[in-house]
Amino acid sequence: MTDTLVAFDDVLATYDPAMGLEVHVELNTASKMFCGCPTEFGAEPNTQVCPTCLGLPGAMPVVNAKAVESAIRIGLALNCEIAEWCRFARKNYFYPDMPKNFQTSQYDEPICFNGYMDVDVDGEVFRVEIERAHMEEDTGKSTHVGGATGRIQGADHSLVDYNRAGIPLIEIVTKPILGAGAKAPDVARAYVAQLRDLIVALDVSDARMDQGSIRADVNLSLSPKGSDQLGTRTETKNVNSLRSVERAVRYEMSRHAAVLDGGGSILQETRHWHEDTGITTSGREKSDAEDYRYFPEPDLVPVAPSRDWVEQLRGTLPENPTARRNRLQESWGFSDLEMRDTVGAGALDAIEETIAAGSTPQAARKWWLGELARRANEDGVEVTELGITPVQVAAVQALVDGGSINDKLARQVFDGLFAGEGTPEEIVAARGLAIVSDEGALSEAVDAAIAANPDVAEKIRDGKLAAAGALIGEVMKAMRGQADAGRVRELILEKLS
Amino acid sequence: MSLIKKTAAELAEALAAGETTSVEITQAYLDRIAEVDGAVHAFLHVDGEGALAQAAASDARRAAGTLKSALDGVPIAVKDVLATQGLPTTCGSKILEGWIPPYDATVVARLKAAGLPILGKTNMDEFAMGSSTEHSAYGPTHNPWDLDRIPGGSGGGSAAAVASFEAPLALGTDTGGSIRQPGAVTGTVGVKPTYGGVSRYGLVALANSLDQVGPVTRTVLDSALLHELIGGHDPRDSTSIDQPLPDLVAAARQGATGDLSGVRIGVITELAGDGWQPGVMARFTESVELLVKAGAEVVEVSCPNFVHAMAAYYLILPAEASSNLAKFDAMRYGLRVVPDGDPSAEEVMRATRDAGFGDEVKRRIILGTYALSSGYYDAYYGQAQKMRTLISRDFEAAFASVDVLVSPTAPTTAFKLGEKLDDPIAMYLNDLATIPANLAGVPGISVPSGLADEDGLPAGFQILAPALADDRCYRVGAALEAALASQWGGPLLDKAPELGSLVEPVETLGGTA
Repeated sequence: MTDTLVAFDDVLATYDPAMGLEVHVELNTASKMFCGCPTEFGAEPNTQVCPTCLGLPGAMPVVNAKAVESAIRIGLALNCEIAEWCRFARKNYFYPDMPKNFQTSQYDEPICFNGYMDVDVDGEVFRVEIERAHMEEDTGKSTHVGGATGRIQGADHSLVDYNRAGIPLIEIVTKPILGAGAKAPDVARAYVAQLRDLIVALDVSDARMDQGSIRADVNLSLSPKGSDQLGTRTETKNVNSLRSVERAVRYEMSRHAAVLDGGGSILQETRHWHEDTGITTSGREKSDAEDYRYFPEPDLVPVAPSRDWVEQLRGTLPENPTARRNRLQESWGFSDLEMRDTVGAGALDAIEETIAAGSTPQAARKWWLGELARRANEDGVEVTELGITPVQVAAVQALVDGGSINDKLARQVFDGLFAGEGTPEEIVAARGLAIVSDEGALSEAVDAAIAANPDVAEKIRDGKLAAAGALIGEVMKAMRGQADAGRVRELILEKLS
Repeated sequence: MSLIKKTAAELAEALAAGETTSVEITQAYLDRIAEVDGAVHAFLHVDGEGALAQAAASDARRAAGTLKSALDGVPIAVKDVLATQGLPTTCGSKILEGWIPPYDATVVARLKAAGLPILGKTNMDEFAMGSSTEHSAYGPTHNPWDLDRIPGGSGGGSAAAVASFEAPLALGTDTGGSIRQPGAVTGTVGVKPTYGGVSRYGLVALANSLDQVGPVTRTVLDSALLHELIGGHDPRDSTSIDQPLPDLVAAARQGATGDLSGVRIGVITELAGDGWQPGVMARFTESVELLVKAGAEVVEVSCPNFVHAMAAYYLILPAEASSNLAKFDAMRYGLRVVPDGDPSAEEVMRATRDAGFGDEVKRRIILGTYALSSGYYDAYYGQAQKMRTLISRDFEAAFASVDVLVSPTAPTTAFKLGEKLDDPIAMYLNDLATIPANLAGVPGISVPSGLADEDGLPAGFQILAPALADDRCYRVGAALEAALASQWGGPLLDKAPELGSLVEPVETLGGTA
């Protein structure tokens, strides 16, 4: 069934969107939330399990202190208050991939609450308020076998892998995001992107959306323009890329508007996001009657982080990404556009490290956003995944600055680096890329070019110095690029003066 | 005296003196089980081979001089609610029939580390829900004093095993009296330690905030020896207390000297009166008088909120239990019932839980689910937690003026099998005196106080102490035990009928689901 949709601009003529984003972050702790099992991604199914994370009768949980530390650091970075005392609670519901048929989570006593994040949307700052960030455990992972879609409907049987059961999660929940209007999809995307950057900077998660270590649920509702009553919301689950966050918001806005325009009402439900087709479909109905029967987990003692510890953790926070970006832009002298491109390409850290290794800001930007970005694009990877290090880039640029190669030759040095031929210096030597500084050879090449182009030489003698370019090109070609163009120009002018 | 009638402390002495071997002792108990357990049905599973192998290993250690503990070589029975690696663990339920845990409960691991051969697993009310062991899915246990009567519950199997000399020691678990009440009605000693004093890791939870593992023995000293062996901090149980146990064995030995000078004892006024069996009350009053003779100062103490303990307990317990029992869903272990057709996972879960749980379990799951429901939580679970706080304050106030509190352990002696099976409330009332200690987390012991005049059956005397002061239970308990033994001319169990003459297996009495 295809949903009826209303064009995005028309949605905004009639409705105001309200969003709520729930982001689950899988922590990169060495062990699980409540037991000592390892957490590595991609292990053989059901090999990273024990009585506790399998929910065997009698087994008991013990809180992973590192996970609590990560939760507090995330909370502090999101400007949250940190609870002086909080508890875990059981969220009771039956599902085959949940070993105990309750999830150990936090309910009315989250460890972090009342925070905010200032989100940069095309140069405009939008404040997203954070309601809470709480600790919980992940469930196992079901694979439905034998159906056409991989979903449970039509499947022949299901397999459950409990390796993921008990992996620590932090769920970060925003307050309703109001007033974003046409920018709602962009705000949603920018929020998740910036949250991801923050998580990376905190080094508390692998932060890989493609592997599900960051997963976003998008709540959306529309209300008639000017109304202060929120409409009925839908919750689109497991939106697993930044682009999809934006598209899912856009799609649900258009779908809601069509339903409301047609006189219908929105069903409060969970919806599935389809990455391939860019649409959502109805999942299980989520009425207010759904009752998780939360109560405090009696097998765990309360978590009461001391204020000293919290302050100590505050001291470990990395610089706020927005503040850092502003500081770097000023220090590097980048234009707004250059800075946005840098951030967009995910090259901020790489450029910073290249500069630290000795390059100028513009030279670092030239390589990372130029030649290297082009190659990354060709290979379909992130620029930072090419395998070229900032130190190597700085070394190549140093060779250019020292006059032994030029930018064009430098590209061949990168070829050598990709091929694993050694250090930039070794590659220049092995490939014979160094600019020829032997005056004799250069002089001969210049003489040959003058002799072959008497008319051009005549013009230069007459003072039309711009014509020298043609001769320089000729010489460079003869020297297979391995000449210093500036010196060639000097020689030509000397000989024809 | 035959080997099986010796206490654990006496067995340890006999072993140390080289008068016997662990294999000999263990074989004697296995023989006794073979002889009488058809009638008593204390055991759900007997591991003769494993126990004898452990006994032989103990004898080898003794020969090599590498003993692991004072009780090395003394066998023990374990309630079937504790996970035992390689041995079935059913919790008295069909839903766990055939499940063999891949790990040991911490207390079981400690028994093994101390060198105690494990005789087998004892019968219990299903998931420890009951006061008579009639709710076991595998049939009831019979009271060795009168095989037509209940042995108490939920740990009737452990108490009956010890009372019928099928084991010198047993482990029980006590959520609202499941160690102490069976102790009272079988004439044995049972201890519920301070909450957090003994690890719960591997105890299949009934109600996590109330459960506690403890000793079931024939003497106070034996309980102290066993308690010291299983107690102490366990990093796998977050609620376990990270500080050393008091010296329990020393407290029991001190009490056995019979001197209680300077000990202040409070008699709880709320735990007596109408509905309490006169013979039980008579034995209680006599015991109090003996304590006075031993030098204790006795006063009456009121704990006004104890009257609400039962109501609070029957909200908190089912709430926690309803959630704990959700894991039994046929997906990973235990029973799996697959309905006809092409059932979904949910349908398999439903059919399995319907077939696998007994009526009492279902009753409490429904109660607990209701108590936790949105809109009812505050009125039920929330209120119950407040009552719990008030009951704790009653204890605090009382312990400000006395060292221990005392009451009869249970209102009556053992009733007949089947008598209260259709009246859950009457069944629940058995735990009236034992429940407050679980709600407050304080320790308690039940010591035999004699036989009631009406029916000649054992009654129990309960001693409660402040949290972490388990040693006081042992001191006062041992003093009472010594005073009574000198009055009776020996232990109460000497008066129990001789079961050895019973050769015919007894038909299962009373219906169970």
